[in-house]
Amino acid sequence: MMIGETFSHGLSGVLANKLRSALTVLGILIGVAAVIVLIAVGNGSSQAVAASIQKLGTNAILVQHGSFRFGGFGGGNASSVQRDLTIDDAQAILSSTNAPDVQAVAPVKQDQGVSCTWNGNSYSTNLTGTWPSYFQISNYPVSQGTYFTNADVVSGARSIVIGQTVVTQVYGTHNPIGTTLNCGGTPFQVVGVLGAKGSSGFTDLDDVAIAPLTTVQHNLTGYGSLGSIAVEATSADSATAAQNEIYTILDGRHATSAASRDYSVINQSSILSTSQSTNQVFTVLLGAVAAISLLVGGIGITNIMLVSVTERTREIGIRKAIGANRRTILSQFLVEATLLSVVGGVAGVVIGLLVSRFQIAGVQPVILPVSVAGAFLVSVAIGLFFGSYPANRAASLRPIEALRHE
Amino acid sequence: MNDSTQRPVFTLSQVTKSYGMGNTTVHALRGVDLTVDHGEYLAIMGASGSGKSTMMNIIGALDVATSGTYELDGIDVGSLNDDALSLVRNRKIGFIFQSFNLIPRTTALANVELPLAYRGVRRKERRQRAEQALAAVGLDDRSSHEPNELSGGQQQRVAVARALVTNPAILLADEPTGNLDTVATNDVLNLLDATHRGGSTIVLITHEDEVAQRASRVIKLRDGQIYSDERNR
Ligand SMILES: Nc1ncnc2c1ncn2[C@@H]1O[C@H](COP(=O)(O)OP(=O)(O)OP(=O)(O)O)[C@@H](O)[C@H]1O
Ligand SMILES: [Mg+2]
Repeated sequence: MMIGETFSHGLSGVLANKLRSALTVLGILIGVAAVIVLIAVGNGSSQAVAASIQKLGTNAILVQHGSFRFGGFGGGNASSVQRDLTIDDAQAILSSTNAPDVQAVAPVKQDQGVSCTWNGNSYSTNLTGTWPSYFQISNYPVSQGTYFTNADVVSGARSIVIGQTVVTQVYGTHNPIGTTLNCGGTPFQVVGVLGAKGSSGFTDLDDVAIAPLTTVQHNLTGYGSLGSIAVEATSADSATAAQNEIYTILDGRHATSAASRDYSVINQSSILSTSQSTNQVFTVLLGAVAAISLLVGGIGITNIMLVSVTERTREIGIRKAIGANRRTILSQFLVEATLLSVVGGVAGVVIGLLVSRFQIAGVQPVILPVSVAGAFLVSVAIGLFFGSYPANRAASLRPIEALRHE
Repeated sequence: MNDSTQRPVFTLSQVTKSYGMGNTTVHALRGVDLTVDHGEYLAIMGASGSGKSTMMNIIGALDVATSGTYELDGIDVGSLNDDALSLVRNRKIGFIFQSFNLIPRTTALANVELPLAYRGVRRKERRQRAEQALAAVGLDDRSSHEPNELSGGQQQRVAVARALVTNPAILLADEPTGNLDTVATNDVLNLLDATHRGGSTIVLITHEDEVAQRASRVIKLRDGQIYSDERNR
């Protein structure tokens, strides 16, 4: 028999029981769509995390005052003195010949919850005192006005650069450049406005005000330990090397070792890779759940084909009596099963692509093309695989028994 | 008798058929010897349960004998596998059943085309031959009807067309008129007569003497054995 013929026999078998076929197709459809959508959700969330880390600057390394210790009670360094993180530390990292992978350094002193007021509007934000290099390290370009300069840092100028959240909260639609913003009792002149960055996790990256370090220390925080030192590596690839150079320099200056450090160094690119591998696990899990539903859809095909073979036993007997051989019967039922799964697969791909256009659980799904191709091919394979048992059963029916079947 | 000079179309020698095992074994055929020549019109009669259908299924290569040999056109059918049996049925035999056995939800024309399709005949030629066969049984105006849109007599005529479309050497009919009224019975029997005149060998199972009258030879079965074998005229 010709292929077209086998196909049209299979098709008429599928159409003979429309509702039943539709429900079987639905099983495959749900499986395929679930695979595509869930993998897209996993992929989307991993891309979102990567993007939000990217916003903080992948080359960025943060040296923080105090140590983070995991495990163990009491910290284990009761005897050691906690040295301050100082501007000299920052200078040392910047000027050391032992730090070839460090590109820029900015000491940071933060005052949290500083109330800033202009024209009677007030808003409480985090005031960061630092060097101009901070803008580059933390990936904060200005969208309006300028940065403050190194000269401003030296002279303790009362210049300030503010983020979009502060602008909308305090100024509304008024242009803030040139105005005097009173923060924590000190009048600052607004010289620049930062471009919008959105949020990273729960942190609003636009809720900031940045001023020269000396000004903030002199007027607000005093001259104690720095909160942190922001460091920029020459590239994302050299971040780990730069991190080790910082350890060497600061361990020398603080007389500490890996076990007794009174500071910690956080490397954004290592956070990025950790979070990416967590997300990969997450994506694989989602995909596995979806694959199970596809498997269940496949079992649905076996089930319905077995019913169909039983129902049509007599018909199979007639066909064999008038000369159909094993292969003819086998291919008729295989085509039928594969038709069900292919229709389900195509519809599943369409539905999957449609659903992935919408946000799901706060995540914008990002389609992984290989998941679309994979889910479709698997659905076709499922038709062949799960259809082969019932088809074989039909093909090996003895004609005389099949004819006697009621 | 000049029959003896003719080549037999099929021969059964010491054929037995039993169903089941142990105490419950049913011996449906207990040693049947029968030789049928080309062009014979054979009627098989006998009480219900005497083994008529069992014998016809063996003749039609739908089933194989438990012991003994069955030769069809010189081929030992007992030695063939499933697919070879399908091929033999397709090439040499046409079946007509008491219960019509048309494929449901499939038009009369497609039903008649089916044996040709399994034989690999091209669509165009197939269609043409199927239309001719339907015309020969007087149903050319019903070719696009499905079985459930046809009367019993019409369904049986479609079945006759399907059996004849391949010009089989042997036409087997198991009580073909059992479910039909007199008019439809006559239609079908006249078609069989015409086929016989065309040179085919016909084997027909029947309970009715008037039907058996049309045959050239009548055998009677009792308890799985032939007890009478007569030639008409
Ligand atoms: N598949 C089977 N399994 C067990 N016994 C069977 C089977 N087919 C037939 N028989 C038995 O074989 C015997 C012959 O049956 P067969 O169908 O050949 O009778 P028959 O002469 O055609 O009868 P009828 O005129 O009623 O059609 C019967 O006793 C029947 O019960
Ligand atoms: Mg019978």
